[in-house]
Amino acid sequence: MARRPAPVRPAMRRMRFLGSANSGTADAWNMRITSVALVPLSIAFVAIVLSLLDKDYAAVRAELGHPLPAILMFLFILSGVFHMKLGMQSIIDDYVHAAQLRKWALIANLFFSVCVGLACTCAVLKLSVT
Amino acid sequence: MAEPEFGASGIEERRPLSPHLQIYRPMLTMTMSIAHRITGAALYFGTVLLAWFLIAVSAGGGTYDAAAYCLNSIAGKLILFGFTWALFHHLLGGIRHAIWDAGHGLEYPQREWLARATLFGAIVLTVTVWTIAYLGY
Repeated sequence: MARRPAPVRPAMRRMRFLGSANSGTADAWNMRITSVALVPLSIAFVAIVLSLLDKDYAAVRAELGHPLPAILMFLFILSGVFHMKLGMQSIIDDYVHAAQLRKWALIANLFFSVCVGLACTCAVLKLSVT
Repeated sequence: MAEPEFGASGIEERRPLSPHLQIYRPMLTMTMSIAHRITGAALYFGTVLLAWFLIAVSAGGGTYDAAAYCLNSIAGKLILFGFTWALFHHLLGGIRHAIWDAGHGLEYPQREWLARATLFGAIVLTVTVWTIAYLGY
């Protein structure tokens, strides 16, 4: 991470919503970068899904395991998950104000994004390796 | 209307605030803005479907048959159609936001045109993709 390690007391103040988390610029930039990446990657994803429609199970496995679709799927999943985590974070920041609910909602958002991202990535990895 | 801040005392919780959603007539651009957010949230939860499908493909056998059956059913196809529309609507909306970030299209006729282009473009793209999907069978 780019930030210098913070002493504990101001860090606790930040965690208790008494100060900036200093992540705004990074989040805004990452949102834009993932958006730019997702324009071609979403089109690629739709194309891959369309190519899977008329295939039986073995052909679906072969298609998703083939390097080019697999790499595009990896890129789509990883940028998509990062993008959705930041997007849902904005939604929570805008609408959830109660302290405890907000803390757990942000944690749940992070866990959901990581779990979905890793589940999809591991599934495609398994298909490309076996 | 009056949302209490974190740590607010009693009187601060009841202070009067200006009404916003209660009095504003829905305009195209503001409706498209909340639609961008709603489609984003719908896509967020819809990634569970993608994860389920990919895990089913990699697990094979009964799991894949169950997933394929569910996704090919009427309800499954309806959900996938909605997911496709949300994807294209959010994609075109994102491009609209990128155009605005560059400073273009913020004036009166252009922003309405961009909003309409997003709305109709998303429907056209969804119908096109699903037509291609059905013609391929």
